[in-house]
Formats: sequence, C-alpha cells, structure tokens
Amino acid sequence: MNFVALRMLTGDRAKYLGLIFAIAFSTFLLQNQTSIFAGILARTGSQIADVTDAEVWVMDPATQYFEETKALKDTDLLRIRGVAGVDYAVRLFKGLPVARTPAGRFSQAVVMGLDDATLIGAPRKMLMGSWERLREPNSIVIDKAGYLLLFPDEPLELERTLEMNDHLVRIVGISDASAPFASFPIMHARYSEAVNFQGRERSQMAFVLVRPQAGITPKEMSQRIEAETGLRARTRDEFRWDCIRYYLKHTGIPVNFGITIAIALIVGLVVSGQTFYLFTVENLKQFGALKAIGVTNWRLMGMILLQALTVGFIGYALGTGMAAAFFEITAHKIATRGIVLLWQNVVGVGVLMFLVVIGASLLSIRRVLVLEPATVFRG
Amino acid sequence: MNTISPTDTLAVQCQDVHKHFGEGDGRVQVLRGVNFEVSQGKLTFLVGPSGCGKTTLISVIAGLLDTSGGDVHLFGNNTEKQAPNERIDFRRRNLGFVFQQYNLLPALTAAENAAVPLLAAGMKRREAVDRARALLVKLGLEQRMNAYPSKLSGGQQQRVALARALVHEPRLIVCDEPTAALDHATGEAVMELLASSAVHPERAVIVVTHDNRVYHFADAIAHMDDGRITHTEQRN
Repeated sequence: MNFVALRMLTGDRAKYLGLIFAIAFSTFLLQNQTSIFAGILARTGSQIADVTDAEVWVMDPATQYFEETKALKDTDLLRIRGVAGVDYAVRLFKGLPVARTPAGRFSQAVVMGLDDATLIGAPRKMLMGSWERLREPNSIVIDKAGYLLLFPDEPLELERTLEMNDHLVRIVGISDASAPFASFPIMHARYSEAVNFQGRERSQMAFVLVRPQAGITPKEMSQRIEAETGLRARTRDEFRWDCIRYYLKHTGIPVNFGITIAIALIVGLVVSGQTFYLFTVENLKQFGALKAIGVTNWRLMGMILLQALTVGFIGYALGTGMAAAFFEITAHKIATRGIVLLWQNVVGVGVLMFLVVIGASLLSIRRVLVLEPATVFRG
Repeated sequence: MNTISPTDTLAVQCQDVHKHFGEGDGRVQVLRGVNFEVSQGKLTFLVGPSGCGKTTLISVIAGLLDTSGGDVHLFGNNTEKQAPNERIDFRRRNLGFVFQQYNLLPALTAAENAAVPLLAAGMKRREAVDRARALLVKLGLEQRMNAYPSKLSGGQQQRVALARALVHEPRLIVCDEPTAALDHATGEAVMELLASSAVHPERAVIVVTHDNRVYHFADAIAHMDDGRITHTEQRN
C-alpha cells in the first residue's frame, strides 16, 4: 500500500508542492538563522581561538569578555610567571585605535600587541609576508578583510602605510585572521609599538598569555593562577564561551534570532500541518473506502506517516540544499566569512522538522482513525 | 478462528438485528428486528423508501457497523463475535464493495484502482495490477486501463469499481445504489455486467437500489420499510 499512499500524496500537485515548499522554506530559515546565529556568536571569541601559542588567558577579575578589558598591572605578569607549572607567560595588549590610509580612509581597528621577544599570539595563517617581520620597526600585520576595508578594490600589497595616533606604520604581512564580532581590521604589532598606536594610558596590558608546562592541563594551570594571584584565569575554550555567554546575556541577538527561528518553526508547523490536514480531509472518502475494503487502522496510519515523512524528507533536503547554497555563496564574501552551515544545525533542524511533520500528521491520523468506514455508503 | 464452509448455502443470515444511533432523547432506532437471508449464487436486491434503513443494514452485514442487538452470520460465521482485527481480515478476504459514488482513488489508474484489495492483502504491486488488468479486459475496459478516474465516464468508473469489488474473488459483494449516478442505459449495462460477472454459485451479491428499472436483474427482492424487512420476492 506504500505506493498507493505515495500516489495519493503526489496526485494533488498543488498541495504536494505546497507542503514541500512549506517544509523547505522552514528548513532553510531555521538552518540559515541558527547558523548565522552560531557564526556571529563564534566571532565574539574568534581572536581568542586564533591564538594557538597559549592555552590560558589571564585577566583582571573585572574583565568579562574580550572586547572590554580592564588593564593588568605590570607586576601581575611577574606574579603569574612565579606560579608553579607555568612554562611561559607573556603580555598581550588589545586596543582599538583609529587607522588612517594616505588616501584618507579610516577605520577603528583591533590592534593586538604581542610580546616583543617571543611574538607569542602572532597570526599563524599568513596570506602574504611574514609575522617574523614584526620585529622591524613600525610594522604591522593586518588581516585580509581589514586590508580590503581600508584599501577597497586594490590588490593585496605589502609596504603600504597607515597612520595610527601620529605613528606611520608599514604593512609587513597580511593574515587570514578569523572574522571579529565587529567588522574592524585585525592588526598585530609588537607590544612596545602597539601601546603607542592607542595613545597614552597608565597601564595597557589587557591579558597575559600563559602556556603550562608539559603534564599540566590548561584547566589546572588556570586554577593555580587564580588561587595564587587572585587574577582571573581562563582556558582558551572557557574564555571563548565567556564571550559567547556575555553576548547572549547582554545583547538582543538571541531574542532577534529567537523570534525568526520561532516564526520559521510556527510557519513550518502551521502551514504544513494545515495543508496536510486539508489533504487528508479531502481524501476522507478514499480513506473510508480503504477502511471498508479491509485496510487496517495501523496500515492507514503507516500510509499517512509515509506521506508526511516523504514530504518532510524532500522539503528538508531542498531546504538544506538552499541553505548550503546560501552559505557557499556568502562564505566567500568578506563580510560573512566564517559563517557556515554547521553539521550540528543540519542535524538539529532535521530533528525539528521530523517533529514538525509528525506533529502535522497527528491531526490527520486522528481524523482517519475515528472515521467510520460506513460513511462510504453515504452518497 | 472463523472458517467458511463451502456447503453453506446461506451467505448472509440476519436474525432479529437491531441498530440504533445515539442515546436518550437523541436516540434513533434504525433497524427494528431485521430478519434477512441471502443465498449464495443469487443476486438479491434490497429495496425500500429513503430512510428505511437499507444502508444501515448493509453496513451491519458488511461489518462496518456494530449491531445494537441480534446476530449477523456471514457464511456461517457470527461476525458480531469476531474481534475487530479478525473482522477486518474477514472483510478484506470475503467482501467486495461497489459504492454509489465509486470512491475510486483519483491518483491511481483504472488498473491500479482495481488492484487495491489485492494490495491491501499484501500482494506485490506488479502481480496485483496484472490481475486487475486481466479482469478489466473481461469488463470491457482494455482501452482504459491506464486512465485516471477523472478521464473515465460514470459507467466506466463504475465498471472499475466493479473490478475492484471482484478482483480478490470475494464471496459476498455489497453494492450501494450502483446505478444511481448513471443514466438509464449505462445503469442497465452496469447491472448486466454485475449479473454476468459477479453472480457465481459460491458468491452472493446484495444490491441496494431505488431504481425499479433494473429490478428485472434480481433473483430475489427484499422489501424494507421502517427498519424491517416486510417481505421478500423470489424472482427466478
């Protein structure tokens, strides 16, 4: 009877396509919005993830997330180095100076000041030049997106100059840094130079980057530092999640995305449920005839579920294809780089859409189950 | 376990069958002690005015409705005592239906529609459709096997419905107003087909009808009024 169920389903083209469109649209919206949501939140900690030289980030206890920091004292660095198990600990500056091009374009930029001696925290994915050249005076490495923001429609070139806080700096490398939360250029410089790009402040050390000795886990290290210095120490992953949680708690991002996701779910459920129910109601005579002929309720239920799962699967596949195509296109755009269709979202939305089609078919199943087969004798 | 004895000559035996709908002030008594017998090998008409209980009676006989009292025996089996699934299984194997509005599945071709009872019994699609095709040839629809119901005339649709009722070789065929939606000539042709193809020594056919122009096909006519069989005429 499976083929009968499928032919009944595809027989009414308008409703069949309507069902598929509703589910595809709902799937696309859900995958699109949840992936963008996840991508944007991941950006809040992308500069943390880019630092692969240190597993523990130490900061002032008042610092809650990457974008807003309270400076540490210079003596804090020495205290951290004194904690047992620390392999190395280096300072990290983070500032937001304004960078200007000779042509007059300007933008606020995220400048990361790296330990002069070790350059720990330097970008490892370089597109042009070398991070080793940061040792040259007045040099910076800028990310590709930032370069294109400041020098639009121009080829990637080294030795271009920028002015920051009356300092002329040269671009000695172009990195492939992960996209930040705000669309600011990401620049790396030596600590001693970066502090001058920002302008004078009494203390400018935002973070201390720590690598534990072999055999000590980052978690263990961070606990030791906290216990011995009173500073806040977080592992890389913990700090990334701190940033994500901060944005979830203190911004309207989750509400805005939540509304769209809820609408996509409701539209998917209501439209597919209503269309599927109407489809069943219009076929009640046929279902009655099948019941009279001797098709059991279990079989009819199986037929309806097969119909629901078929449109659900096709709609989901189409919607996922649309979402994949969308992200394939946007992944190559500078502004939306790094925002991708996550497999977790594909699976999660798949489970949601499965529940939607099952929910949509429940009313139809109930209607058919309570149908008296004797109704077929009523003209 | 219900079995069918080929020696039983009575296909249907209703004894003091009552049926009501609703309770209290809304209670409607439709069948008031029906005694009715249908023999195998006969085409039995059930006739009577609208609202006299004909449709309810054939629904009860077909096991589509429960009785409120009395016994219904089909080929010696008391269907009232069958478990629900047993009754459905019995109906699938032993009954065929022809409905007034045909009730064909619009998304299936004529051959596929006729094959539905075989598919419901679990037969493979190809085998079921092949058997349905063979039957449709006998019923004169060899040119319309792959046509959808919407492309068939009323008479052709009723012939497909007849094929669907016959394809699994049931022992009782229940027809509800099979000519009501057809013009006289087409109705006559359908009845001729029904009489020639459905009636069989080991099969009974019950036809509910208002159409007195087709009474001449009947072997027996049971007259019904006010929820009872008033009398039965043996025609042949």
